[in-house]
Amino acid sequence: MLRWIVWRDLMLAWRRRSDMLSTVFFFVIVVSLFPLGIGPELQLLRSIAPGVVWVAALLASMLSLGRLFANDYQDGTLEQLLLTPQPLYLVVAGKVLAHWIIAEVPLVLIAPLVGVQFDLSRETLWVLFVSLLVGTPILSLIGAVGAALTLGLRGGGVLISILILPLYIPALIFGAGAVEASIIGMTPAPHLYLLGAFAIVSLLFAPWAASAALRISLE
Amino acid sequence: MNLYKYASPAVFYPLAGKMIPYFAIPATILFAAGLFVGFFIAPTDFQQGDAYRIMFIHVPAAWMGMFLYVLMAIYAGIGWAFNARLSSMMASSIAITGASFTAISLVTGAFWGKPTWGTWWVWDARMTSTLILLFLYAGFISLQAAIDDPRRADRAGAVLALVGVINVPIIYFSVQWWNTLHQGATIRILGKPSIAPPMLAAMLIMLAACWLYSIAVVLVRLRVIILEREQNAARFAEVNA
Repeated sequence: MLRWIVWRDLMLAWRRRSDMLSTVFFFVIVVSLFPLGIGPELQLLRSIAPGVVWVAALLASMLSLGRLFANDYQDGTLEQLLLTPQPLYLVVAGKVLAHWIIAEVPLVLIAPLVGVQFDLSRETLWVLFVSLLVGTPILSLIGAVGAALTLGLRGGGVLISILILPLYIPALIFGAGAVEASIIGMTPAPHLYLLGAFAIVSLLFAPWAASAALRISLE
Repeated sequence: MNLYKYASPAVFYPLAGKMIPYFAIPATILFAAGLFVGFFIAPTDFQQGDAYRIMFIHVPAAWMGMFLYVLMAIYAGIGWAFNARLSSMMASSIAITGASFTAISLVTGAFWGKPTWGTWWVWDARMTSTLILLFLYAGFISLQAAIDDPRRADRAGAVLALVGVINVPIIYFSVQWWNTLHQGATIRILGKPSIAPPMLAAMLIMLAACWLYSIAVVLVRLRVIILEREQNAARFAEVNA
């Protein structure tokens, strides 16, 4: 069931590749705007890089979350999925996993390239990559709760940002903290462990909360 | 006496109307007493001068902001789990009072910070987490405002409030660690010198006043919400009471 959901969502996303690419371009453009607004001093850019990349990743995930359930909701597939005998937890977990692969993994892969614009060293780029790899599942997981709650509401796009961005704060702090620790020559391990712990807690609670929210939105 | 019958909004409506003065009048008296003790009896602080007196509203407001969020989540959770309409209505009416207290504590904190620390705002752990608490209230209120069906709004709000309550401790500790990593010395609010008894008394009186005020205002708003949603039943119950 889990595999089927993931496979189906990946197929759907593959047939509409432009959606996927637009999220990546959004991420790259937002990150590139900061040097233009702040100035090209490498010292300054290096110190703001962790925060800028992470905040851009949060905003980019906001863009793609609207589509997590919306298409299935409009054509009625979601109601059918709710009627299946399999636990809804698995359905939601599968959709979240697919969303992570479609929307977040490209960001994780391109982030080191973007980091080069900010003159980060090789080890720091590596830490940036790992922190995003561990941290972006949190964005998909908690974001799914927001996407389920705002399903079919007017102004859903803005609303989901208000609901979800405050809940992302721990991920932002630990993720950007790991990169920053690496820049100033400290070990990023504590931040990464905490980020991983937060990811596990989200994995336990978020699909459950998102399924509850889906049932509420669809009754 | 069967207490459970008061879980019906229509039955609770007249009772709430009778209860409001019992909270509103003591709240007014305690506010007056607390302000009197705070302004005229509590001694001037030898370090901060008279500026510290804003504490008498700042500290109770900050506490209320936090308590009310938890209380709101509990009511929303009960309303969701047991399908109790009145509990969900309580949660909605608490949200606005809690958000106002959180906003008051941020504004008074800025007024207090300017003369004592020389700046309106620092990224201190407590201030930052209070700001995030205000964001969480804003999310709850705007989610409920965006949903037209009141029962769906109640349940969606409950999910959000419960997720928020799980997240609040995580946010609090992450902000605290973030803060200690960024700045060497954090500014301690009142380095815990033994607080003078009149100061403590004024603060406790103000805290009690804030509690009573909250209950009174929440009940008033609850009555409005009941009227809005169950107009006919509520009017009927009041006439027959």
